[in-house]
Amino acid sequence: MPTLHLTVNGVSHTLEVPAGRYLAEVLRYDLGLTGTKIGCNEAECGACTVLVNGQPVDSCIYPAFKAQNAEVLTIEGLAQVEGVVPDGSLRERVGLEVDEPLHPLQIAFAVHGATQCGFCTPGFIMQAKTLLDENPDPSDEEIKHCLKDTYCRCTGYVSIISAVKAAAEFKRTGRMPLPALPPAKEPLQWVGRPLVRPDAVDKVTGRALYADDLSFPDMLYGATLRSEHPHARIRAIHVQEALALPGVHAVLTYRDVPGDPRHGLVENDWPVFAGGPFPARYVGDPIALVVAESHELAHQALEQIRVDYEPLPVVADPRQALDPDAAVLHPDRPTGNLLKHIKVRRGQVDQGFAEADVVVERTFRTPRTEHAFLEPECSVAVPAGYDPDHPKLTVYVGSQIPYADRRQVAKSLGLPDEAVRIRGTVMGGGFGGKEDIAGQIHAALAAQVTGRPVKILYSRQESLRFHPKRHPTYIRVKMGARKDGTLTAVEAELWGDSGAYASLGEKVMTRATTHATGPYVVPHAKIDCYAVYTNNPPCGAFRGFGVTQSAFAVESTVDMLAQALGLDPIEFRRRNAMRVGVVTATGQVLRESVGLVECLERVERRIRAWRAELPGAAEAEESGDPWAPITVGTKRYAWGVAAGYKNTGLGGGAPDKAEAEVEVFPEGTAEIRISSAEMGQNLVGVLQAIAAEELGLPAGRVRVRVMDTDLTPDGGPTTASRQTYVSGNAARLAARTMRQRLQAVLSEKFDVHPEVIAFHEGLAYVDEERLRRVRRGGNGAGDPGGNGHNGAQGTAARRLTFAQAVQALLEEGREPRVRYEYWAPKTQPLGTGGDMHFAFSYAVHAALVAVDTETGEVAVEQVVSAHDVGRAINPLSLVGQIEGGIVMGLGNALTEHFIVEEGMPWTQRLGQYKMPGIKLTPRMVNELVEHPTADGPYGAKGVGEISSIPISAAIANAIANAVGVRVLALPVDQDALLLAMKQGQQELDRCWGDPPV
Amino acid sequence: MTRWRSYHTPSTVEEALALLAQHPERARIVAGGTDLLLDLELGHESPVEMLVDITHIPQLTQIQEDDREPWIQIGAAVTHGRIERDPTLRRVATCLVEACSVVGGPQVRNVATLGGNVAHALPAADGTVGLLALDAQVQIATWREGQVDYTWHPLPAVFAGPGRNTLQPGQMLTAFRFRPPGPGEASAFDRIMRPQGVALPILGAAVRLGLDPERGTVAHATIALGPAGPVPFRATAAEQALRGADPTDLRAVEQVIQAAQAEARLRTSRHRASAAYRHEMVAVLLRRLLRRTVDRIRTAVPLGGPT
Ligand SMILES: Cc1cc2nc3c(=O)[nH]c(=O)nc-3n(C[C@@H](O)[C@@H](O)[C@H](O)COP(=O)(O)OP(=O)(O)OC[C@H]3O[C@@H](n4cnc5c(N)ncnc54)[C@H](O)[C@@H]3O)c2cc1C
Ligand code: FES
Ligand code: FES
Repeated sequence: MPTLHLTVNGVSHTLEVPAGRYLAEVLRYDLGLTGTKIGCNEAECGACTVLVNGQPVDSCIYPAFKAQNAEVLTIEGLAQVEGVVPDGSLRERVGLEVDEPLHPLQIAFAVHGATQCGFCTPGFIMQAKTLLDENPDPSDEEIKHCLKDTYCRCTGYVSIISAVKAAAEFKRTGRMPLPALPPAKEPLQWVGRPLVRPDAVDKVTGRALYADDLSFPDMLYGATLRSEHPHARIRAIHVQEALALPGVHAVLTYRDVPGDPRHGLVENDWPVFAGGPFPARYVGDPIALVVAESHELAHQALEQIRVDYEPLPVVADPRQALDPDAAVLHPDRPTGNLLKHIKVRRGQVDQGFAEADVVVERTFRTPRTEHAFLEPECSVAVPAGYDPDHPKLTVYVGSQIPYADRRQVAKSLGLPDEAVRIRGTVMGGGFGGKEDIAGQIHAALAAQVTGRPVKILYSRQESLRFHPKRHPTYIRVKMGARKDGTLTAVEAELWGDSGAYASLGEKVMTRATTHATGPYVVPHAKIDCYAVYTNNPPCGAFRGFGVTQSAFAVESTVDMLAQALGLDPIEFRRRNAMRVGVVTATGQVLRESVGLVECLERVERRIRAWRAELPGAAEAEESGDPWAPITVGTKRYAWGVAAGYKNTGLGGGAPDKAEAEVEVFPEGTAEIRISSAEMGQNLVGVLQAIAAEELGLPAGRVRVRVMDTDLTPDGGPTTASRQTYVSGNAARLAARTMRQRLQAVLSEKFDVHPEVIAFHEGLAYVDEERLRRVRRGGNGAGDPGGNGHNGAQGTAARRLTFAQAVQALLEEGREPRVRYEYWAPKTQPLGTGGDMHFAFSYAVHAALVAVDTETGEVAVEQVVSAHDVGRAINPLSLVGQIEGGIVMGLGNALTEHFIVEEGMPWTQRLGQYKMPGIKLTPRMVNELVEHPTADGPYGAKGVGEISSIPISAAIANAIANAVGVRVLALPVDQDALLLAMKQGQQELDRCWGDPPV
Repeated sequence: MTRWRSYHTPSTVEEALALLAQHPERARIVAGGTDLLLDLELGHESPVEMLVDITHIPQLTQIQEDDREPWIQIGAAVTHGRIERDPTLRRVATCLVEACSVVGGPQVRNVATLGGNVAHALPAADGTVGLLALDAQVQIATWREGQVDYTWHPLPAVFAGPGRNTLQPGQMLTAFRFRPPGPGEASAFDRIMRPQGVALPILGAAVRLGLDPERGTVAHATIALGPAGPVPFRATAAEQALRGADPTDLRAVEQVIQAAQAEARLRTSRHRASAAYRHEMVAVLLRRLLRRTVDRIRTAVPLGGPT
C-alpha cells in the first residue's frame, strides 16, 4: 500500500492506506477523527468540509493522496488554532457549561442554537471559519455565498446566520451577542429560559458520537443487495461467488432469518429479506446481506451475487391500485391493495352545500418527499458476550423508537425482548424517517451469525432508495360558505400512496383525513381517504404526518373561497376559526388552549405594519389591501397566508404513555432517564430544564440519558409532536415524586410540614414564607406539588445542600431512584366522537413571495408566523423548531420531489433532491402564543410538526395574490408557471417532476 | 464500486502524459474530480485502475499575462475558486469570473478546475460558456514518442458531443488563452437555474461586447449559450445581427434575440426544462446581459466585490 504523509491539526502522520481512499475516510476511519461527517459522498451537502492548506474542500470526494504532504485542519483542531475559554457570563445567562477553549464560531453555534442534530455542524463551522478569516463583519449575503452548498436540515439556517454574525462580533469586540428571541412568558427558574442545549459543546467540537463514529475491534461490515425491480418474484439467489471471496464471512438471505421473517410498526408486512415466499415489492427491498472484513469488500461482493427475478406487473399509481385487474401486493390481506379507507362524517354535506352561497372544488397534488436527515442510517450490532460491556446482543443505532426496534429485532431473531439491547447513539436528524426498521435486524442477525460486531452503514444513495417517504397525495376538496363568510360544508377525497409496505401509512393518512377541514368550525363534513399499497417506495411518518398534505389543499381552497366571497383571507379564517368551546369535525369539543385567533391577529398586525412602512404606502391606493401585489422591476411581490393545526400525541384511542426514571446522587446531581429519542429537537434540554425546575437544581447538574432499552424506561415513540408533552410530563412527575420523597425525609429532620421545604438553586431549606402560610392554615408551596420558591432561603440551621439532602435520603435507606409512568389523557378512536386528541397546536404563517414575471422563478422573501405552543419550555430550541419547520415546508412547496416513475426512482442522489439551501432562507419574524394546556408540562404542547404545516399553502396563496395563478400541484414548476402567466391561465396543475407534455 | 489502485501526482506534463501512455486503457486524468469521481462512485463511468492527478503540475496552475502578446493565459488546472478571486481576471474576464463563481459552493470551486469543466464537455457547463464568450483558445499537449507537443486551437475544437471531447489518448488540455478587452469592451454572464434537483442551469449565457467609441454601436460581439445544442454553443447569427447595431435600441435587441432563438437548438429535457421555456430564457438572458455589458462599458466598472 502506498504511503501517505499528512499533517492533521498540527500532528504529522505517515500512513499506509489504499490508493483509493478519500480524505474523509482517512480522517474518520484511519485516524479516528470522527468529527468530520459524511452526509452524501457527492460533494453536495458539505458535512465533510475540512481545510486543506487553508482551503475548504469536501473531503468525501477528495482523494487522500491529493492531500499528500498537505496541512489538514478538522473540527477537532479548530480550537487549537483560535480558541478562547468562554467567560462565566455565558454560563450565567444561557447555561453554557464549558471550561475548555473553543473557537468563537463554536461558542456562537452553541449559544445561538445553530446546532440541533449537529451532524452538519462541523462542516458549517469549518466553512464559516474561512469567511471570518477574511471578513471581520460579513453581511447576510456574504454568509449565504460562503455557505451556499453546506446543507442543514434542522435549523432552517436562520440561527446559523446569526451565529456566524455573533462570532464575527465576538472576534471584533470580545462580546458574544445573544440570540434575538420573540417575547415569551416570564421564565421560571429553568423552564422558559433559552438555555444552550446540553449536548451543544459535544456537537460543536465534533465529539458527539453518531452510529458510524463507533467501531469495535474485529468489526465486520455489512452491505445490502436490493431489488432491481419494483415488483418481482425472486426465483433464485446465487451467492456462491460472493461467499467464496476471501474476507467474506457470510451472505444472508431470507433463509437465514430464525424468527419472524417480517417486521413492521403497525402491520407485520415488511420482509426482513425479500425472497422465497416474499416477492420484492419495491426497489428498496433487501434480498441479501454480505458480511465482510471491510466496507469496500462487502460492497464488491454484492456485485458477485446474481438474482433470478420474475418481474410482476407494477402498481404505480395509487388511483389504479384498487382496479380489479391491478396486481395485488399482499395477497394475504383481505382488503387487497387497500390499506385503509378512512372516513370522517359530520352532519349532512348535501344540506351544507345547499346552504352555501359559494362552493369551490379543486383537486390538488402533493409530492412524495424525502426526509433528507443529514446522517444516513447506520446500525452497529455487537454479539452477546463479546466483552464485559456487552453481555447481551446490542444494537447501536440512531432510532426514533428504541423499544420498537428491540421488539422487532428480537422477534425476527427468535429471541425474547430482554435478550436484546438497543443503545441509541447521537442522531443526525429523523423527522419521522427513522421510525421504521433500517439495518437493525440485519446487523443483529449478522452479529449473531458471525459472532463479531457488524456495522451496516447506508450510503446516501441507498438511504434515498430504501427508507419510507412522505405520502404523495391527490386531494379533492369541495368547500362551501355563506355570503357572510360562514363555512357550511367540506367534502374531501384523499388518495395516499403508501407504497409497498404499511409503515405508519394508515396513521398518517388518518391524520390527513381528520385534519382535512382545516382549523375551522365546519357543521357538515364528509371526508374519505384511501391509503393504498403500490410498488413505489413505502411512505410513512414525516414531520406533519399527513396534515402537511391536507393543509395545502384546504388552505388553498379557503383562500379561493375568501376571494370568491370578496372577504379578506384573515377575516374569513377568523370568522370560522376554532376557538374554545367549538366542536371539531370528528366530534371533539375543544375545551382549552386554542390560540388560533390570536395567531391570526398577530400575523395580521405584522403584515399591515409591513405594508404601512413601505415607501409611498400612504399615497398608494391599494395600501388598504395587504394582499395586493406590488411590482418592482420584473418582479411581483405579494403576501399569502395560511393557518394550520396539528395534534399533539398519538390520539385516536391509542394508549399514550411514557415512563421516566430519576435518580439523585450524593454529590448533588441528578439523572433523568427515558428512552425517548433525541434527534436534534432538544428533547434532552427540555427534560433537563423540567427536572432541574422540579428538583431546584442548577440545570447543569441534571444529566439526561435517553434511548437505551436497558437503562431507560420506555418513553414511547418519538413521533406526533408528543415528547415535550408526554415524556416531559413523565420527567416532571418522576422528578416531583423524588422531590416529595426528599421533602418527606427532610420534614422529619427539621420537624416541619414537608411542603414548606423548598428546593432551589441546589439547596433544600425550610422556606419561612411557606412556613408562615402553613401556620395560617394554607398549603406550603402555593401550587400544591409545585416547586415555587419565595425567595427566603431559611436560616443556616434549617438549610442543606442538595447533596446533603440526598445523603440524608440514603441514610434513611430510601431509594435514590424513582420511576413514574405517565399516562396522557385518554383519547377516542375516530368515528366514536369524543376526544380524538388531548391537545392541538395552532399556527398561522404568512409568506411574502417574489415572482419573476420574466422567468417564473419564485422566491420567498419573508415569513411571518405565530405559533400557539402552550408554553415555550426553551424558547431557543422552540424557535429553532419553528425556523427549521418553516424552511422544510418551503422545500415542500418549492424544491422537493422524490420522483418515482413506474416504481423506479428518478431521484437517486442527493444532488437530484434539493432540500432548501441557505440561499432560500427567508427573513423571519416568529411570534409565540402561549395558551396553556391544563395537563401539559407547564402548559406546553407539541411544536415539532405544526411549524412545517401551513407554510406551503401560504406560499401558494402568495403566488396567487402576486400573479393570479393558482398552484394546484407542488412543488411549483417555474417553467409551467411562466407559461401559465404568459397564457393568462389562472390555474396550474403541473408541478416539477411531472413527465414532459 | 472498485476504486483505483494507484494515484499519481506528477509535477510535469511530460510525466503525466508518460504515465497515461503506459496504461492507455486503465488510466484517467483527474483534476478536481468533481465530475469524474462522482461519475465513478455512481457507476456512471467504468472503473479505472490509475488516476493521474494533474493539479500538482505548476505549469497548469498559472494565471499569466503574456508580455509579448496580448494574451491572458489560464492553466487548465486552475480552480474555479481562484478564477473567482483573481483580481486580473475580475477585470479582464468578467463573464468567466461570473460563470465560475456560481458553480457549486466554495468547497467545490476550490477543487473543480476550468480544464475539467471544459474536458467534461457538457453543453451547459458554466465555466465553458464563459470561456466561449471570450473567444478563447485552448492549448492541447500531445505525447509523441517521449516528447510533448503543444498546439493552440479555437475552444470549440475540443467538443465532440454532449459529455465527449475530441482528445485522443496521449493528449490533455494544458491551458486556455484569450485577448483581454480593450477600451469600450466588457463581458457578462448569467444563467437561469431551478431550485430543484438539477445541478446544471436551465440555460446559461455569456456576452462580450465591444462598442464603437464614436457611435456607440457594436463593433464586435460574441455570444455563448448553453445548452443550445450538443456542444457549447456560439450564437453566431445573433452576433452577426448585433454587429453595427445600437445595443440599447430595443428593436435591435429583439432582432438579436430572434436570431439567437432561431439558431439555438433548444431541447426539452426531462425534469430540467421545456424547449419553450428555454426559448423564452434566451430572450431574458440576452436582454439582461446586453444591458449589463453596455452599463459596464459606460461606467468602466467591470465587477465589484465578490459576486
Ligand atoms: C455540487 C456540485 C455542483 C456543481 N455545479 C456546477 C454548476 O453549477 N455548473 C457547472 O458547470 N458545473 C457544476 N459542477 C460540475 C463542475 O464542478 C465540474 O464540471 C468541474 O468544473 C470539473 O472539473 P474537475 O477539475 O473537477 O474535473 P474532473 O472531475 O477531475 O475531470 C472531469 C473530466 O475531465 C477530464 N479532465 C480533467 N482535466 C483534464 C485536462 N486538463 N485534460 C484532459 N482531460 C481532463 C477528466 O479525465 C474527466 O474525464 C458541479 C459539481 C458539483 C459536485
Ligand atoms: S459533501 Fe461530502 S459528505 Fe456531503
Ligand atoms: S443541525 Fe443541521 S442538519 Fe441537523
